Amino acid sequence: MTESILAPLWISCKTVLTTTVITFFLGIAAARWMAHYSSKWKSLIDGIFILPLVLPPTVVGFGLLLLFGKNGPLGEFFSWFNTTIVFSWPATVIAAVVMTFPLMYMSARAGFEQVDINVENAARTLGASEWRVFWTVTMPMAWPSVVAATVLTLARALGEFGATLMIAGNIPGKTATIPVAIYFDIQAGHNDRALILVGIVLVISFVSLAVLAYWKRKMPRTTGFLVSE
Amino acid sequence: MDIFKKRFFVTLGLISLLLVILAVLGCSKPVPVELNVSAASSLTDALKAINTLYMQENDYVTIVANFASSGTLQKQIEQGAPADVFFSAGAKQMNALQDENLILNETRQNLLTNKVVLIVPSDSTLTFTDFTGLLNDNVHQIAIGDPASVPAGDYAKQAMQQLGIWDQLQSKLILCTDVRQVLAYVEGGNVEAGIVYATDAAISTSVKVAANAPAEINAKIIYPIAVIMASQNVQAAKDYIAFLLSNEAKAIFEQYGFVVVSQ
Repeated sequence: MTESILAPLWISCKTVLTTTVITFFLGIAAARWMAHYSSKWKSLIDGIFILPLVLPPTVVGFGLLLLFGKNGPLGEFFSWFNTTIVFSWPATVIAAVVMTFPLMYMSARAGFEQVDINVENAARTLGASEWRVFWTVTMPMAWPSVVAATVLTLARALGEFGATLMIAGNIPGKTATIPVAIYFDIQAGHNDRALILVGIVLVISFVSLAVLAYWKRKMPRTTGFLVSE
Repeated sequence: MDIFKKRFFVTLGLISLLLVILAVLGCSKPVPVELNVSAASSLTDALKAINTLYMQENDYVTIVANFASSGTLQKQIEQGAPADVFFSAGAKQMNALQDENLILNETRQNLLTNKVVLIVPSDSTLTFTDFTGLLNDNVHQIAIGDPASVPAGDYAKQAMQQLGIWDQLQSKLILCTDVRQVLAYVEGGNVEAGIVYATDAAISTSVKVAANAPAEINAKIIYPIAVIMASQNVQAAKDYIAFLLSNEAKAIFEQYGFVVVSQ
């Protein structure tokens, strides 16, 4: 029984960590871009970025399958390099990144937009490059929002099921993440295995939220999305 | 008789007459019945056709069909999901319910049998003599039902074990929730091969049969049916099963490629 619990645990671990790193950078980059961007396309781009959050995961999964599948544009692209994305471990990361991106993006963007623009402008008048302004002024001030967003991303990536099942499938030992393993264990009547995995997910989720709450108390008060008291 | 007594008896008479009329009207047609039929995914198309026919012939019955893998349906029934009839693709799931006293034992009977086949996308260039061809390096991924909950997946596993290739194929297997998902994966071309029933292969135009399962495996396939103990419509359920045993239903099953087991 241990190998049927360790395998999903290991796969989820790899997937969640990889996803969180990717989503962290992608989300912040997109948020920084859109935070003070004004153009007629802003609403449209914003909508596309947030779409996976409002769509049912199976719809997103199906879309990804069409995209990365054998007859899809990205699927054909990757097949030139002799790689198939669907039903492989990278597919779990892709599904999780797509589903967690909106969370990171929205929270980080709200955080950036709440940074007083005068402080940023002051830095600019003192000769700081945009890059330096971002890393030394904007990010530190938006940090609580970013941290909260990262914790949410981690939790969401851990719990991602619908889209993962559609493009990564259930391949025990390769793509079966914890939620997928739980689902199939219950189907098969292995309730004991399922309960152990459920327990693990609950513990990780509680610990993440507890860490966030503790850290929130320790940090100086700031008006940040999800963090304001 | 004084005026009050007279009015009393007239009112009583009218009410009685009204009740008689209502009773007569009510008795002239049967109470509408909604029958919940939980059936294995492989039966989807054949049973939909049969249900339509049944509802046409018995207009007071509405059949609500719930198609999923037999294992999923078994779990649902165990957890108390409303079901009147359970039509399984495997004996294992029906046995489990019987052991838990969830079915009416006297209504259980075997109805159909089927064959397990290996399918590939219709544009595939791979050829197989039997399942051992799955060991080939050209086959990267094989979709089968999860043996733990999908009878077809269990038969696939037994076939591979019999041929001594089960362990080697482990890393190539994608376990699916039911046979129709396996079919969908092969149709989409994202897997090189899949194992489904011959009846599933027959309804799809995007796959072709590449090999057959060993005869000993096919001989084990049985589709039992039974009325659920907790059913609120036992008689209607029994009537429905009787219809499935009739020649009309038999013709439809055979049209879809099922073999009707003679009782």
